[in-house]
Amino acid sequence: MKLITHNMLQCHAKNCTKDNFPLKIEASEVAEQETEFNPEFIRRMLGRLEWKAFVSAAESLGIMGLPTEAPAESTEDEELLQLIHTALLEKQVIEGALTCNNCGHVYRVKKSIPDMRLQEDEV
Amino acid sequence: MKLRQLESAMEDVEVFSDPKIALEQYPTLPHIAARSLYTIHTVYDDIESKSIADLGVGCGALSIGAMLLGSSYNVGFDIDEDALEIAQRNCDDFELDMDFIHIDVQDSDAFAGFHKKFDTVLLNPPFGTKNNAGIDMVFLQRAIELSRNAVYSLHKTSTRKHIEKKAKGWGMKMEVVAELRFNIPNMYSFHKKQSADVEVDLLRFTFAPVKASA
Repeated sequence: MKLITHNMLQCHAKNCTKDNFPLKIEASEVAEQETEFNPEFIRRMLGRLEWKAFVSAAESLGIMGLPTEAPAESTEDEELLQLIHTALLEKQVIEGALTCNNCGHVYRVKKSIPDMRLQEDEV
Repeated sequence: MKLRQLESAMEDVEVFSDPKIALEQYPTLPHIAARSLYTIHTVYDDIESKSIADLGVGCGALSIGAMLLGSSYNVGFDIDEDALEIAQRNCDDFELDMDFIHIDVQDSDAFAGFHKKFDTVLLNPPFGTKNNAGIDMVFLQRAIELSRNAVYSLHKTSTRKHIEKKAKGWGMKMEVVAELRFNIPNMYSFHKKQSADVEVDLLRFTFAPVKASA
């Protein structure tokens, strides 16, 4: 699971509608997978990201140096775009848990795949 | 990449070893996947550098084809762990990298965070036969929620009118991109014939422009 994907995951357990995003990452195994850097794509994603959630998720995986506010889509700062690319698309959680800050529900990540299903009594 | 190359790559995608009837698992055949993706890419430019969701990703054929055509970010959603495992293995074999999420497409709440996050949504949904009547429409509705731009979906030609009406109700414009033949081999015991040709439409859904009031 890449952080761009984590940026869209929220808790949907029964009655959990407030403070259900972002899910806290506790990773027991992470990896980095090199992918092609497409600055135009990264620029286009800037406006779609929940920026604060992205920065805190990146920091929890040891990626520091992201600005506190999302850069403008017109940014020419290639170095920054490269850092965002790495954090967003290359860093991956292979094994771990995603925990809801509000209700404490835990979603497992196994073989890099988050399991977002709920049991019958949880929906 | 040429259509012929894409189709030949699609032939190397491993398919369900033990398809589940309850989930109406049919592989997206190489020529269907290749032709659909090639058209989406060359006619509409909805693949290259795009973020793409694949609902009911199955063994991953549509996503793998999209990545070969240059998509930037792909996520495959499926309820079936075995399918996800095959899809991931296929990606490894092609040295392609995408994310997968184990999720029930029918659970609308689980998808709230994904709304409007993808440029393009691709799907080869269950046809909604047997005990699954209406599930194709649930998949389509979810796809539309996730998309910012366009949804491409494969449906039985016999359901075209019904889908068009639904789409209109959702404020969507629907066009028939291609009419294809979907050969469903005899995979399940209830299939009496050796194999059956099903007429399938590749449909494109976009958001109808809001009319300016006079």
